[in-house]
Amino acid sequence: MFAFCADPKSIEGLQWLLCYLTSGKHMLFYASFGTVLLLLAITAPVALAFGFGGAVAARSSFLPLSLLGKAYTAMVRGVPDIIFFLFVPIALDQGFEYLRHKVKCPDWTQSIWQGNDFIVCPEAKLPLSTSPQSVHEIYGFALAVLAFAIVFGAFAANVLYGAMRAVPRAQMETAEAYGMSQRQAFWRVLVPQMWVYALPGLSNLWMILIKATPLLFLLGVEDIVYWARELGGSKTQAFEYPHPDWRVWYFIVLLVFYLGMTRVSEGVLGRLTSRLSRGQATLGGEMQRKAAR
Amino acid sequence: MSCFQTIQDYALRSIGIGERLLPKGEMTLCEHFTLIGSGLIWNLYYGAVALFIGFFLANTLAVAKASGNVWARKPAEWFIFVFRGSPLFIQFFLAYEAFVLIPRMGWDIPLGFMTVTVETSWLSKAWLGALIVLCLNTAAYSGEIFYGALRSIPRGDIEAADAYGMSGWSRFRRIMWPTMLRLAWPAYTNEAIFLFHATTLVYFSGFPAFQQKGDALYYATYFASRTFNPFVAYPVIAVYFILLTLSVIAVFGLVNRRLNRHLPQSARVKFRLRPQIIR
Repeated sequence: MFAFCADPKSIEGLQWLLCYLTSGKHMLFYASFGTVLLLLAITAPVALAFGFGGAVAARSSFLPLSLLGKAYTAMVRGVPDIIFFLFVPIALDQGFEYLRHKVKCPDWTQSIWQGNDFIVCPEAKLPLSTSPQSVHEIYGFALAVLAFAIVFGAFAANVLYGAMRAVPRAQMETAEAYGMSQRQAFWRVLVPQMWVYALPGLSNLWMILIKATPLLFLLGVEDIVYWARELGGSKTQAFEYPHPDWRVWYFIVLLVFYLGMTRVSEGVLGRLTSRLSRGQATLGGEMQRKAAR
Repeated sequence: MSCFQTIQDYALRSIGIGERLLPKGEMTLCEHFTLIGSGLIWNLYYGAVALFIGFFLANTLAVAKASGNVWARKPAEWFIFVFRGSPLFIQFFLAYEAFVLIPRMGWDIPLGFMTVTVETSWLSKAWLGALIVLCLNTAAYSGEIFYGALRSIPRGDIEAADAYGMSGWSRFRRIMWPTMLRLAWPAYTNEAIFLFHATTLVYFSGFPAFQQKGDALYYATYFASRTFNPFVAYPVIAVYFILLTLSVIAVFGLVNRRLNRHLPQSARVKFRLRPQIIR
């Protein structure tokens, strides 16, 4: 990074620290904060979409579909979510490979389950063993995103299902009186109004999602926890920047990062709540109306 | 090997009694259930002890946060913010790294007639180190719940207490505290459930499993990684946790009934399972 960093062993003090903190590995560490933010940015809308689908399915009048939706929302309640995070990526990975195996190698005679091994033909491997490292990393990250989306989608479905039921019945009756069809009433009346009821639950969910991001580490993604352990571990003289065990400092940085995220989110969500309650027939909306008079 | 033999060998494996080697080769359903069930002992231990100690801490925190004294309120607010605002996973890592740095020796505390030696090396072991983190964590979460309940005690109750001439400790002990508990109990039940779920994180966050003595999830991952088959081990642990969740609901429901015993059915606070998960 800087010219005087060419020989780290000869410099000391503040300069050393500056060189240390701008080394190549540290740049990867800073970039991994981006990974976490990227995960949040992708997962939140995908999970919301899953949740919306789950809630609509649970409300459906077609019995199998509504049972499916209810099972999906109930799935996460009694079981620790970390189990889903460990289970879903492996299950998905094996599912994809199994499907590709069926399509690509129809004349493969051996069983896929051999003793304790799961073996598909080489062409069905995901990603292919010949593909570069970056493809493997992206595939791993995509599986992680999918696992997060499925689990958080179930929570979001819970929240949205409740919110749809909380919209006053009179609103829907009015929509019917105006001659709107089921579909029109749903999209024009129910959906715009449900957000204010869903917001407390969804903001809670967002906080939980932020706090779930370190679990990326368990899924084998090189995230901030991985780099904090990697960089903080004690380095001998063989390394460019020898230092004792500094992991505790790195984890303090992570702690501060998460506390900061929580504070910022609290502020933003507070504003969003007051924006969404404007003109709504809720206590919050009523208080705004009185204050404005 | 018969299932009975397996139970003899592995039922207490997680606390170091029985067969030393974990099962290898073909793994039966019986082995899955026995070993994962034996790991559940640790989840129960962490959850139950942390809940017990955390309960007292949480009451203190709630009272401190609601107090008018800045010196009591600010530390409580910060404690609750730090533990609720950061992931438990990071807290575990941080605590472990910090405990490892503490010199590995005993501290002598003279008590006059005898000297107590405190072994700090135990702190880096999961059974104590992780337990401390869980206690503080659940104290912060339940402290916030109790604080919320303390603030929503009906004003009439307190006015009635005043009218009877109660004040200070007796008013708190007889009127405010029982009402606070009663109002907070449904939310506290949720907290207890998700504390038990959170105990599965212990062996994935820095704290090593000594001699492969781990919790339920530790063994479930062991099976899943050996058999490359996630469809047996994870559903097994899921069954165990659903049973655990149901028993927590049952036990806390009994307490809830006792707390609400003076009220008519319609005025009671109902329990509703709310997902709160990762902390």
